[in-house]
Amino acid sequence: MPSPKTIAVAMSGGVDSSTVAAMLRAEGHNLIGLTMQLWNQRRLAGHEGMPEQVTGRCCSLDDVYDARRVAEHLGIPYYVVNHEERFERDVVRPFVAEYLSGRTPIPCSLCNNHLKFDQLLVIAQQIGADCVATGHYARVEYDDTCGKLSSKRWLLKRPADRSKDQTYFLFGLTQEQLSRTLFPLGEMTKPEVRELARKQGLALAEKPDSQEICFIPGGDYKRFIDAYLAESGEALPDTAGELVTTSGEVIGEHNGIHNFTVGQRKGLGVATGSPLYVIQISGAHKQVIVGSDDHLYSRTLRAHRVNLISVDDLREPMRVSVKIRHRHEPAPATLEKIAADEVLVTFDQPQRAITPGQAAVFYADDTVVGGAWIT
Amino acid sequence: MMRRIYLDNNATTPVLPEVFEAMRPYFGEHFGNASSIHHHGQETRAAVERARDSVASLLCCRSAEIIFTSGGTEADNLAIAGLTNAGDHVISSSIEHHAVLHACKHLEEIGCDVTYVPVDGRGLVDPDDVGRALRPNTTLISIMLANNETGVLQPVDAIGKIAAEADIYFHIDAVQAASKIPIDVARIGCDALSISGHKMHAPQGVGALYVRKGTRLQPLFYGGRHERSRRAGTENVPGIVALGKAAELAMQGFERGDDQKMCALRDRLQQGILAQIEDAGVNGDFAPRVPNTASIYFDHIEGESMVISLDLKGLAISTGAACSSGAIEPSHVLTAMGLRSDRARASIRLSLGKQNTEEDIDIALALVPETVARLRELSPVHKKQAVNS
Repeated sequence: MPSPKTIAVAMSGGVDSSTVAAMLRAEGHNLIGLTMQLWNQRRLAGHEGMPEQVTGRCCSLDDVYDARRVAEHLGIPYYVVNHEERFERDVVRPFVAEYLSGRTPIPCSLCNNHLKFDQLLVIAQQIGADCVATGHYARVEYDDTCGKLSSKRWLLKRPADRSKDQTYFLFGLTQEQLSRTLFPLGEMTKPEVRELARKQGLALAEKPDSQEICFIPGGDYKRFIDAYLAESGEALPDTAGELVTTSGEVIGEHNGIHNFTVGQRKGLGVATGSPLYVIQISGAHKQVIVGSDDHLYSRTLRAHRVNLISVDDLREPMRVSVKIRHRHEPAPATLEKIAADEVLVTFDQPQRAITPGQAAVFYADDTVVGGAWIT
Repeated sequence: MMRRIYLDNNATTPVLPEVFEAMRPYFGEHFGNASSIHHHGQETRAAVERARDSVASLLCCRSAEIIFTSGGTEADNLAIAGLTNAGDHVISSSIEHHAVLHACKHLEEIGCDVTYVPVDGRGLVDPDDVGRALRPNTTLISIMLANNETGVLQPVDAIGKIAAEADIYFHIDAVQAASKIPIDVARIGCDALSISGHKMHAPQGVGALYVRKGTRLQPLFYGGRHERSRRAGTENVPGIVALGKAAELAMQGFERGDDQKMCALRDRLQQGILAQIEDAGVNGDFAPRVPNTASIYFDHIEGESMVISLDLKGLAISTGAACSSGAIEPSHVLTAMGLRSDRARASIRLSLGKQNTEEDIDIALALVPETVARLRELSPVHKKQAVNS
C-alpha cells in the first residue's frame, strides 16, 4: 500500500466521485471532500422556456446533500467551495459567445481547464492537500521508464472502460496539473464501480449517470441562451440570416446561427428533393451553408490553442489517431504544426461533420498526445 | 484527538449547562400543554409566563409585550409582514440579515416600496438618510441593532426619534445584540424588536418578538389563540424556558461585567492578530461594536481557504453568511461598506461566546497567523508585492 497522503476529493454527489472517496478512504489516506458550487440552478428557473423546478442536477442542493451524506458516511471532512463567479466568466459566457459566433462549444473541457483542475487544485494546495482525486474515467502515469524512449513526462491515458472514456474532455491538462491529479477509476469499469459503491454501503450506488450539460437542465441550450441573456439585461443579438447552398444559391432564411450545428439535418425549414445538412456556419455573414451528406466529409482540419501532453513540441509531422467529438472513434491522421499555436490534421479517410468549436484530441494508442480547438 | 476551539458564536452558541438544566424537566417531568386546564397544563403555563417575565426584564418591557416565536427569522417576518399592508413604503438598510432583507423583498413583490439606506465605510447607517427616505406612505422602519458580520451597532436611538416624530413603526432586529449589550426598548422608542435563543446560549428553535402594547399586529399564521392570538401554535415550552433562563443569565452577566471581560478577550484576539500580521485590518473598526465580534481582512488570501484550513486544525470560524448548500457567498454587508471585493473575500469573522476562555484565544492567536502566512506563501499576488516592496 502506498504511504498515506492528504488528498482532496472532488465530490459531485454522483456514484463515480463518491466511490473514489470510498476507495481512497479504504486505502487509509487523509481525505478532504470538496464540492464546487459552480452554478445556481435556481437562477434561471421560471424564465420563459426554463423549467420551474430543478432537482438532481450538478450543483443542485440534492447533489450537495448526497455528497455531504457520503462524506459523513466515510467520516471525512467536507466543504462546499463557491466558484460561481469564475464558472460564469470562464465557462458560461464563452459557451454563449461561441454559439452566437456559429461554433459548437464544449463547456466541460473549459470547466476542467479553468475550474476543476485549476481552482480546485489551488484550493487543495491552500488547505494542505498533496493532490486532487476525481471520478473521471482516465489514467495518469508518469513516464520514467528507463531507456531512450522515456519522455519524463506525465501522461494522460484512456481508461480501462472505453465506453466511459473522458480523456476527450481532459486534453487541456498541463504537466503541473497532471502531476497533482489522481483518477482512481481509470482501471475500472462502470459496473465494477457500482458494485464497489454497493459494497461500501453508499446509498447512491444506483443513482443514474448524468448526461447533459450540468448548467442546462433539460438540455435545451437555445432556451438557456435566451434566458441567460434576458436575465443579464442583454438582448439576444440578431443572428438571423440566409440559408445558402454550397454552390452559393440562397434558398431561404434562418432564425439565428446559434440554432444550428454542423451535420444537423432537422429543422432547416426548407423542403427539397434530397436530404439537406448544415455543412458550415458563417458567423461573419450570418449564413448557414447547407448541402448534401457528401459535403459534410473533409480530410483536414485546423485547430488552435494547442496543449501537448505526451510530447513537449511537434518538431515533425506525427502519426496519431484524432477524435473530433466526444462520441467519435479516433481516426488515423497525420498531425503537424503550422504556426506557433496552430496545428493541421490530415486524416487518412475523410471525416464527417468536423465542427468548429469542438476539440480535436490526438492519441498515440491509449496515450493522449494533446489536443486543440477546431477553427 | 484534536482540540476544537469554537469562535463562531454569531452563527450559533452552545446551550449553557444552567440553561440545559432549566429546560430539561420540560421534556418529560413537566410535559403539559400550556393551554390545558389541568395540573400539567398549569405547570407549563407558569413556566412559560416566568420565562416571559425574564425576557421582558432583559428588554425592559412588559411581559405582555413579548411574543415567543420559533426563532429570529420568524420574529423578523412577523414584525415586517405584521406591521405593513400592500401599498406601504418601508425603510430598511443594505446590511440587514436575510431574514429582514428577504422579507422586505417579499413586500416588494406584494406591492410595497422598500428603500434600502446605505452604510458608510464604518458600516453605519446615517439616521439622516433614514429621515430623508421618509414618504407620506412610509409605515415601517426596520434597522438592525448589531450587524451579524461586523458586530457594528447601528444608531437606533436616533432612528427611534425619527420614527416617533413621523409617527411610524420602528422594528429592530436585535438578534446579534441581545445578551451582548443591555437593551431598553422604551429608551430606544421602538415598536418591535426581535431576538433569537440560539444566539444567546439557549437552543435553536426559539425566539421572541417584543411588540409595544397597543400595536396592531397581523399574525403570520392562523390557529389557536396562543400568544394573545398573535402567534398560533402550541408553545415550545422547553425552548421558551431555556430562553427565559438565558435572559436571566445575560442580566446577571451584565451585573458582573461579563460583557467587559468578553470585550477585553475579543480585543486581545484582534490586537494579537493585527500585531502579528501585516496588511490586515478590522472591518468596522471605527464604529461602536458588540463586544464579541471581530471581522478581519487579510490581504491576498481567500477567506474560504482560511476557514477550511483552520477547521482542519480545529478552529471554527466563518467568513460571514453561508448559503443553504454551505457554500460561501460574497458578503453583502462588507460589499455595502464599500470594501473592495478581494478584501471582502479575504475577510473572516471571529465571534466569541460565554464559554470561550483565555486559552481559546491563545490557541487562535497561534493558528491564525500561521495559516495566513502559509496561504500568503501560496498567493502569487502576495509574492509579487513582496518582491516589489
